[in-house]
Amino acid sequence: MANDHILKRFDEELERLNATINEMGGLTESQLAKSLTAVRERDTAIAEEVIADDARVDALDVAVQEQTVKLLALRQPMAIDLRVILSSIKIAAALERIADYAKNTAKRSIVLSQGAAPASAVSGIDRLGRLVRAALKDVLDAFADDDVVKARDVWDRDEEIDQVYTGLFRELLTYMMEDPRTITSCTHLLFMAKNIERAGDHVTNIAELVSFRSTGQNFAETRRKGSGALYSTDATP
Amino acid sequence: MAEARNNVLYASRRLRNTVATSLAYAATAFGLGWLVLILGVLLVNGVGGLSLDVFTQNTPPPGSAGGLLNAIMGSIVMTLLAVVIGTPIGVLAGTYMAEYGRHDKLSMVVRFINDILLSAPSIVIGLFVYEIMVAPMGHFSGYAGAVSLAVIVIPVVVRTTEDMLKLVPDTLREAAASIGLPRSLMIRNIAYRAARAGIVTGILLAIARVSGETAPLLFTALNNQFFSMNMNAPMPSLPVVIFQFALSPYEEWQKLAWTGALLITVTVLALSIIARSLTARKQ
Amino acid sequence: MTTASAPAVPLQGTHQVTHTGVSAAGLAEKISIRNLEFFYGDARALKGIDLSLYANKTTAFIGPSGCGKSTLLRILNRMYDLYPGQRATGQVMFDGDNLLDAGVDINLLRARVGMVFQKPTPFPMSIYENIAFGIRLYERLPKSEIDGRVETALRRAALWEEVKDKLNTSGLGLSGGQQQRLCIARTVAVKPEVILFDEPCSALDPISTARIEELIDELKKDYTIVIVTHNMQQAARVSDFTAFMYLGELIEFGVTEKIFTTPGDKRTQAYITGRFG
Repeated sequence: MANDHILKRFDEELERLNATINEMGGLTESQLAKSLTAVRERDTAIAEEVIADDARVDALDVAVQEQTVKLLALRQPMAIDLRVILSSIKIAAALERIADYAKNTAKRSIVLSQGAAPASAVSGIDRLGRLVRAALKDVLDAFADDDVVKARDVWDRDEEIDQVYTGLFRELLTYMMEDPRTITSCTHLLFMAKNIERAGDHVTNIAELVSFRSTGQNFAETRRKGSGALYSTDATP
Repeated sequence: MAEARNNVLYASRRLRNTVATSLAYAATAFGLGWLVLILGVLLVNGVGGLSLDVFTQNTPPPGSAGGLLNAIMGSIVMTLLAVVIGTPIGVLAGTYMAEYGRHDKLSMVVRFINDILLSAPSIVIGLFVYEIMVAPMGHFSGYAGAVSLAVIVIPVVVRTTEDMLKLVPDTLREAAASIGLPRSLMIRNIAYRAARAGIVTGILLAIARVSGETAPLLFTALNNQFFSMNMNAPMPSLPVVIFQFALSPYEEWQKLAWTGALLITVTVLALSIIARSLTARKQ
Repeated sequence: MTTASAPAVPLQGTHQVTHTGVSAAGLAEKISIRNLEFFYGDARALKGIDLSLYANKTTAFIGPSGCGKSTLLRILNRMYDLYPGQRATGQVMFDGDNLLDAGVDINLLRARVGMVFQKPTPFPMSIYENIAFGIRLYERLPKSEIDGRVETALRRAALWEEVKDKLNTSGLGLSGGQQQRLCIARTVAVKPEVILFDEPCSALDPISTARIEELIDELKKDYTIVIVTHNMQQAARVSDFTAFMYLGELIEFGVTEKIFTTPGDKRTQAYITGRFG
């Protein structure tokens, strides 16, 4: 913020809120990374860690809620302060969902590692995951720096994530059609892909909230979805 | 139709407004006119006699020229003494009524009596002081004159002191109390300081009032044709000299009377203007 | 609503005071009010007040007009003594003594419990004198020391920078917000232990108000603060504890954050949410 509030404690409380969100963002990012490692390396120990650590993310979400309730009740925030506080609630909610998806991915990776899975599909998941992870990192940086341009860039990249997901979806369908023995593992992979794609959507939501927080405006155009082909009624290729 | 009626109503109101305003202006002009007339007459008749002699020569015997020195000095001395006697009594009484006993019975009684005294006929005051001072002492004196003037000064000072102190807001007193200031110190340092201009104005107004009083002096200080600083003997004073000279058939004496009247009027005017500017500056 | 685990509060009468979220951990009682009753003539204005004011904390009194919050505040420095016909019964314990006792040195008490009023009332003296005056009442100091104390007081009140070049001009020449800070400096100069604020910002604009609220936040480190305000939001911003009063009774007392998010008593909630009356 350009100027400090006359009431210094208000600034301290807002700083604390930002710090909590940053901490939550960092934790979520690491959860996502670890869940992808668990899939890639078939490492159940890491997967168990991810599942256990989800409670910490939930605790931070509760902390954000408590802090924002207190700020709203005691400070009567206006204008930018109000937007900052409201957007913090929604960002925390989005981060909590992303962390949940990471947890679910980790759970499924434990099941997956008990059997065989098509290597190319697994690397596809990894590629999708890395895209989302990069987007998450960038949007958290944009949040920390109040950088609306960077947030817009992340927002635009959602199209790419959707396209990769669509490709992966088709690939998995192909595997399942060719070899029915892969149906179990491919279904798990399908769900994981969907989770990661949903996580990517939440990252995009965070990008919009960064813009709202700073300027009061959302990004004007509706988001271009790259998954249009998925929902067409043509016969599957 | 309604609009037409309103216009008639409005027009009649305008007419009444014009009439009332004109009457008000006329009344003011009438009142001010007399004032201007008085001042004018005084100036015309008195300014001619103004000269250095007026301030350096004593009152002359009939038929010769002279001045008003002894009368002026006598007035000044008696007025000063009256103020010295009357002011402390008046200020302290006003302080009691405003600070200590604002709502108690004693204050109400004192206030009532004070208001009566304020408008008591000065000749009655003169007779009173005659009875208590002149008769027992066996002779007229400047002291008796000063005392009778003091009796006129006291009610004025009591009234203005009480009113000015009451104008000091209670929040200021509470603020003083809140840092632990005892009441007496609060009155001395806060209330007096806040009401200072008003109290001084009261004293000045009392002086102005007293400088023109003739009747009490007639019974107490009498008069003296010569220069005298002996307070224990009859003392000359400007109002009494005017009284004596104006009624006389001697032209020089009459001229001096006009000059004396002009001097008193100018003094009272000056004191009132100073008093008014003091309170105005406070705002 | 959590009930108090504060030091035992003997509750009188039939009405129960809701204590919200108060635990005695780390709190020292500076002033302890027990069964306080106050009368204007024959009319009872305060009924059986039991309240603790904690050291180095800010406690706010809120409530609708006529609830008795200003009356309660003015008992803490015996200000009501200035007016005949007003009396208080009960106990107000301050450092082991009941300050309602007849034998208490009132002037000394008022030096230890200072007060800042709604309307800024600087003394009709220079800025320097306004502050030095109070100091000289109680201490005999050389001029250099008094100069230092005046500067300290003005710095504490966040006024030094604005007036340091015109200390000898009249205090009445300052703006409203500055006058109020001068009054705070004057109060602080006599080194009180408790400072009472009676709606200190109601005559001021929002920026001056914010400055004074920040000042109160700073002052809390060295003094115990009690503030009466009809502006609930100010109580929310500034205080650690809030007491809600209504018709001369204490309805609820608790940690400010809890009172304004989850008040215990329905009447408190009605007042805070603007459903009153």
